Amino acid sequence: MISLSEYLILGALLFVISVAGIFINRKNLIVLLMCIELMLLAVNINFVAFSHFLGDVTGQVFVFFILTVAAAEAAIGLAILIVLFRNRRTIDVDDLDTMKG
Amino acid sequence: MSFEKFLFYMFAIILLGAAVMVVTRRNPVHSALFLVLVFFNMAGIWVLAEAEFLAIALVLVYVGAVMVLFLFVIMMLDIDLATVRAGFVRHLPLGVLVGAVMFMEMALVLGPKHFGLAKYAAPEPAPADYNNTAELGLSLFTQHLYALEIAAVILLVAMVAAISLTLRKRPQTKRQNVTEQHMVKKKDRLKIVKMAAEEKG
Repeated sequence: MISLSEYLILGALLFVISVAGIFINRKNLIVLLMCIELMLLAVNINFVAFSHFLGDVTGQVFVFFILTVAAAEAAIGLAILIVLFRNRRTIDVDDLDTMKG
Repeated sequence: MSFEKFLFYMFAIILLGAAVMVVTRRNPVHSALFLVLVFFNMAGIWVLAEAEFLAIALVLVYVGAVMVLFLFVIMMLDIDLATVRAGFVRHLPLGVLVGAVMFMEMALVLGPKHFGLAKYAAPEPAPADYNNTAELGLSLFTQHLYALEIAAVILLVAMVAAISLTLRKRPQTKRQNVTEQHMVKKKDRLKIVKMAAEEKG
């Protein structure tokens, strides 16, 4: 049988890959957004696994809401990306320092 | 090794390989297509964990909608690939280092010692007449109804925000002004000319 720790380790590995992806893709905002999607997916597998092993469907309800928020986030993120590219002709994160933050 | 375990490891290995490809590919189109592969394999793993409705929702919502949106944006923008990839090698050691440290920390907590089969026994497989969708819907529309309505509002707000962000008016395009067309009166357009009748020559 598949144990709970196998699901959790898989989620941890996926999360780590996406964190490393955020570090190495500093120039490309689109891949950064994809890495965020991967991170949310890694969180979701934990919810699904715990829901399965504890026999409680509430974990799946949480995944449902995370999927909703992730879809909204992707839509707004891509809209901001398009406006940004239209105005600056670049999607490099390092060029986005007009606010001097 | 049982067939279930074989399936789990097959899905997991393809998923992790595709995830690595997502973050290392030079071309964002390839990254997006590998992300589709990640979502498909994750859906398979969720079916193994008896979350059938969410597995189908993942394929429909993510592969069908979100990834198409990503591909649409990637192909619409004209990105210079050479500048996008500059600094890739420079940040690679830092990324790998942070990732390795995070994974070791998480593996210490999440390993079989604390979450193995001895601590959490594998649940009985669901009976054949178990309906995951009905179960999820029952919980969603009774206990979590308020949260569901907030989620609906979030989607509406996201839609309005995305449209209003990307909407722009081009001055040179010719378009109809519907209000002006409706407000027009007879005297604005019609001109009656009085003249004497002419005889046929």
